[in-house]
Parts: sequence; C-alpha cells; structure tokens
Amino acid sequence: MRTTIADSKDYRGTVHKLSRDIISDWLGQLQAATKTDTKSAYLMVSGNCVEILRCFDILPTFPEINALQLAIRKNSLPYIIKAEEIGYASDNCAYVKADIGYTLDGGIGEDGTIPKPDLIVCNFVGCNVYIKWFEHCAEIMDVPLVMLDIPFLREDEPSKEDTQYVITQLKELIAKCEDLTGKKFDMDRLREHLAYSARAEQGWAKAKNLCKARPAPYDAYFDAINMMGPINALRGTKEAADFFDAAVEQYEHIVEQGLGVVDDERFRIVVEGPPPYPYYRNFRGLFEAWGAVAVQSTYSTVGGTWENGFCHDPERPLESIAEQMIIHNLCNRSMIERYKQIHQYITDWHADALVIHSVKSCRLFSAGQGDMREHFIRDLGIPTLMVESDLEDPRYYAEAQLKNRIDAFFEALTYKRLRSTAAAEAAAAAATQGD
Amino acid sequence: MTIDEIVLHSRSLLDMKPSQVIKKTQETYPNVRGFAVFPVYAPHEIIHAAGLMPVGLYGAGDQLEITHADSRFQSFICSIAKSTLELFLADEMDGFVGIAFSSICDVARNLASVVSRNTEGIYVEYLHLPQNMASEQSQTYTRSEYERFRRKLAEHVGRPITDAAISESLKLYNEQRRLIRAIYAYRQDHPGSISAAELTCITKAGTRMMPGDYLTILKDVMEQLPQRPAHARDTVRVVVEGAFCEQPPIELIEAIEAAGCEIRDDDMMLGWRLFTGDVSEQGDPLTALANAYLNESVYCSTRHDYYHPRTEGLLARVRDSGAKAVLFTPAKFCEPALLDYVLFKRCLDDKGVPHLKLEFEEKMWTFEAPRTEVETFAESMLFD
Repeated sequence: MRTTIADSKDYRGTVHKLSRDIISDWLGQLQAATKTDTKSAYLMVSGNCVEILRCFDILPTFPEINALQLAIRKNSLPYIIKAEEIGYASDNCAYVKADIGYTLDGGIGEDGTIPKPDLIVCNFVGCNVYIKWFEHCAEIMDVPLVMLDIPFLREDEPSKEDTQYVITQLKELIAKCEDLTGKKFDMDRLREHLAYSARAEQGWAKAKNLCKARPAPYDAYFDAINMMGPINALRGTKEAADFFDAAVEQYEHIVEQGLGVVDDERFRIVVEGPPPYPYYRNFRGLFEAWGAVAVQSTYSTVGGTWENGFCHDPERPLESIAEQMIIHNLCNRSMIERYKQIHQYITDWHADALVIHSVKSCRLFSAGQGDMREHFIRDLGIPTLMVESDLEDPRYYAEAQLKNRIDAFFEALTYKRLRSTAAAEAAAAAATQGD
Repeated sequence: MTIDEIVLHSRSLLDMKPSQVIKKTQETYPNVRGFAVFPVYAPHEIIHAAGLMPVGLYGAGDQLEITHADSRFQSFICSIAKSTLELFLADEMDGFVGIAFSSICDVARNLASVVSRNTEGIYVEYLHLPQNMASEQSQTYTRSEYERFRRKLAEHVGRPITDAAISESLKLYNEQRRLIRAIYAYRQDHPGSISAAELTCITKAGTRMMPGDYLTILKDVMEQLPQRPAHARDTVRVVVEGAFCEQPPIELIEAIEAAGCEIRDDDMMLGWRLFTGDVSEQGDPLTALANAYLNESVYCSTRHDYYHPRTEGLLARVRDSGAKAVLFTPAKFCEPALLDYVLFKRCLDDKGVPHLKLEFEEKMWTFEAPRTEVETFAESMLFD
C-alpha cells in the first residue's frame, strides 16, 4: 500500500519558509559583499567556530554549502567536469570538485555570487579532505590560510592537552582576525554570540526530540536541512535563535494535533549518510511512497550533536567552543561512536529500521559502512538497508536500482510485520482456547 | 650477505604474511612480539622501547585473497584498507600485540574502528598526529600524544617504557635512517649501482626485521656498493611521487625502470625515513621526536605544513635529485594523493617539468600497459 505526503498540513511549508528566508538573506549578504570591502572568511560546516568570526563582523562563507546549493539546484555537474579537466580524479570528493569548478568559473569574486575570502579558516574536524580542499582554495585564490587542527576524539574524553591545543589555536585565530580587521577582540561580544548559539542549540535539541512523537512531525533527514542551515551557518545570530524558537513552536503544534509527515506513518527509520542532493526530491519520494519517515539521521549532526544536551556556554566561551569542536559533532568521532549514536537513535526514537545511504564522495561517512550494516543486522538484529549513490555527482544516482532495493526492503519489512501480527493473533487465540 | 643475497632475502620477507614474519623473527628472538604500524608514520622508537618489533603493515599485496573485507568496505575504497582488514579477519596477525593507525585520511580513521570492532585481544591505537606545525602549542600537544601512546602501550605490555629505552631505540633508528639516506645519495651519485626495485625491496623489508639486524644489512649494502658494477644507461631521470601509503608492486617499479626511467628519488616507505636529519639524541626523547615531526620532516601528502607547501617540496626534490620529470604513482582511490596531484600538476606545468600519472592497485598483475605508457613518456623526452 502506498501513501502520500500529507499535503493538507502546513508543517513543511512554515519551517521551510522561515529557513529559506534567513538563508536567502545571508546569501544576499554574500552576493552584496562581492562588490564591497566587507571582510569574509571560509569555514567548514563541521564543528565550526563561526562565533569568533562574528565578533569581527567577518562574513562566514562555507564552500560545502556552495557545493550543496549547486547540487540541489541541479547545477553541479558542469563544475565537477570543469574540475576534472584540470586534474581532479573521478574518485575525488565531488563536493570539492563542484566548489573548485565554480571558483575557476568565476563564481567566487567580483563577478560571482560569493566574495573572495580574505581568510581561509581550515577547521580540521575529522574530515581530512577539508585540509586538501582549503589548501586548494588558498592556492588557487592566493588567500592566507589558518589551520585549526582539532584532535580527533580517540578516548572517552579529550585530554587537557587536546583542549589546550585547540584553545591556543583559537586565540591565534583571534589574533589573525584582529590583524585582518583592525578591530580589537571583545570577549563580551563573543559571549553574546554564544548566548544566541546556545538558544538555537536548545531549540535544535527540542525539535529533534519532538520526532520521538508518533507520528513524527517532520522528517529528520529530508526536512532537517531546514534546520541545518541556520544551526551551522547562522549560529550565533539572533535570527538563528529566533528561527529555532519559531520552528519548535510550529513542530510542537503539529505534535499536539497528532499530525505526521505522511498521512499514514508506517515505518520509522534512522538514516545514515548524506542525501543525494541532485535528486533530493526523487530520493525522498522513494521512502514516502512506503510511508517511511526518518525520525533521526546522522548527517544532520555533522555540525553538532546538540540533541544530547550540549550547548555553548557564554561563561566558558573558548572552552565550550573547543569542546564542541572536539567532542560534540559527528565528524570528529569514531565509527564505533557513530554505531552507538545510531543505536541510541533507533532505541530512543522508536525506529523500525536503519537505512544507510553510502555516498562515494564522502569517505568520512562511507568507508566501512559495510561493517556498520553487519553490526546492525547480525549483532543487533535491526533491519538495515544499504544503498549507494552520491551527494553531489548526479552521474552516480541510478534511480531504478535504488527503487528496486528500497521497495524490496520495505516489502520485506511489511511481510515481517504481517507475520509477527499473525503469530501474535494465533498466540492470543491459542491462549483464549486454553482458558 | 652480498647485495644480491640481501635483495633475495628481502624479497622472501616481503612474500610473508605478518604472522609468518613474527614466527620467523622468533626463531632468533623467541619472546619477541610484533606491533603493526599502518602508514604513514608512527614513533617506532616507542614501540621498540616496549620490547616489541615495529612492523610496517602495508596491506597484504597479492599474498591474500580478499574474502571478508569486501563486505565491510565498498568498491571505491583503496585496496590497502581491505587487505589490511582481511589480514585480521583471516587470522594472519598472530604474534601481534597491536596496531597503530594515524590521522592520514578518512579511510584509515574508519579502518581503525572497523579493525577494532572485528578483533579481540589486539590493541588498536589511533594517533592524531598534528596538522598545525606552527602553533605555540604544537610541540606540547605532539609530545602529549606520544606520551599517551607510551602510557597505553606500557599498560598493554605490562611494563614501563622508560626514557632511557626510548633514547636507545632513537639511536638505532637514527642510524637506520642515516644509512638509508646515504644509500639514496650514493645511488644518485652512481646511477645504476643499485636499482630502485632493489632498493625498495631493501627499505620495505627493513620494516620486517629487528632494527639491529637491519642495521647490519644496511651497513653491508653501503660497504659493498662501491664494488658493485654500475650500469649507467641512457635514461630519463625521474622522481616517483604519490606512493607514501599503499606501496606499488615491485614489478611496477621494475617496469618503470625497464621502460627507460632512472628513479632518482621517491616517497615510498616515507614514514620510515621521514626526517631530513638525525633526531636529537639529547634530553627528553619524546620532545625530540615531537620536534622532529614538526620541524624536520620531509613534505608528505598526509601532513599539512602551511609554511612549507608540498609543491615547493616536490620542486626541491626534483631539483636536488637532478630529475627531469615526475612520475605520479597514486594508489587507486587514494584521496590524499589524487587531490595533491592537482596542485603538483599545476606547479610542474608552471615550471615546465614533464610528468605522467600511473594509478596502481596492490593486486595488479599485468604491467605491460604502464610499461608502455612510461616508455612512450620516456621516449618523448629523450627525443624531444
């Protein structure tokens, strides 16, 4: 039985519109900055320290978001090919290729949509490709680079040397920003931004936890993108904090009404891995057709795992920024920690199954996902589906194959459910006869 | 042993699986156990000072069929990750106390988790080697990471790893690295005295011997080289770049040489000869090792050094070795090497240095195609 999107409800529209408005405003600022001497800096999404840049009125720019925008608007392929023409391999991360291709094509700078950065802040938080990507940007655009080397979380807690190493580098970044802008660093201003961050993060946690409701008020994979922009790119602003207040209010209202994403929520899933942005709606449709709703996702936590209660602390400004970068984001944690995260999601968010979307571009996510599948199926007995495509390169998306795999998986889940229902009814009947 | 015998001995060691290497070593050192070092680098001195034999774990080459690891790692993942996991899944790591991975790439990081989850009784360490060489805190951090490794390894072997023992190991490895540098330099001065394939066998086999025994071999090689007839040929002098992690099959090196190239310098086995000079033998050995990693390392695709870009490093390597061209040999699917290729290519094009890219896989078994490519490349230069 196929279900349809619950189009009678306004849930997706309202939060989506709020998100679109503030993201469009930020993109407009970027566009305007191409023509002015507004200072801007590159950052990566994962475990970033955007609040520090805000203290100097440096406009943050995220090459990942540029790549994402190109893909979701179905514009990525020409730029990927342009990058391949200068030597990038077909096996390289297509996020990098699309962004570099866009840069080479004049998309960055005076005649583009994004200002040429004055500084490249390489927040190396887990993903080694970040380093290469930013080295390439620095070389191609001739822009200075600041490295923030964040020690991987390799024990339960970071050592005091890990934390001190990060704090020292943050101070060195602050000194660079002072040199760049001529402005003196103001710790009270950082506290203000962190207070906005904390309010947004609390909103994020509430919104994510609302998906524990049955039915879930939104899809925590496909709709989470509406929250990811504000939490990662706009964190530290009043606009982002207000957005989360409004989003939570909206989602709470939906939960109170007992509404869900689809008319009939039949399967609750946890999704691992980034989505195929070039075919975002198509891919979503493959799950919605089965009434399958993502109640949690790992991809949404690349910037931060705030649903577990962590938020920035204005009273411990640099310390809490360091803690977020080292501990509280998916990218800087091991695969084994990710297994635990997923298992917690499946248990606490009452999910029926795990879906792994393995993307060729991002080895941080994908390398070893076969082992993840083994673990969840064999050790934990959780139905798990693994499908492959890419987050950026449309050439790796084969919809017919994906549909076959997804349909077969949910057919099997449906059959399993019917059998267990029948078995339960038979047992109940036998018990009644015994009486 | 003569150099020919040393090369044969080295080849026999390279044909062994890691468990067999330990078994062979135990014939002479009955109580020794191994500790695997996944590329590129780990402080071998700490491992050796723990009474263990540091063993370079560069996958399994063509020594092992992949029957389990393919289900854990996808088709687009490099072969060294799969064959390394396969060694553990196929019980070919007997005699090993543990393995150290480090922060070289996303695949290596996830591999550390997958190995850890699928093995019992093996200590799996993941070292976060610094990517910021210039922070005020870099040295303190790096030393603390080595200290953490020392502490945990000591817990696993059940005895302390003293500064004195590390200092003694440091002297051994300094001498080893010094001799390898000397052999490389001798080869540059006397082309044809030892082939790159022979030298690669020797340097790679050195990661499968006790360092003291390896020193004897290196000294033999150094002593005998002047007596060895040099067969200088009309060749194109090249630098081989991009094989810092997964190692190309020896047959590929032979094919490059047979096709008319003289390999003047390369980045194979880089982690075992990472430093440009001796590590200080004075004072605290962990501080000395940290300083060496931060300030005395040759450029490497897995180590960011903002003030010493890799492109400058490659140009210097080409210039200093007298090479006229660069052969890029990235392993198939190796993200760091394939990404670095772009900036290297851009820089070499700018300077007018010819180059050729040859991707390899550890299980490749036919070398005619790369040989033809290199031949064409070499001829185009010889007759230019």
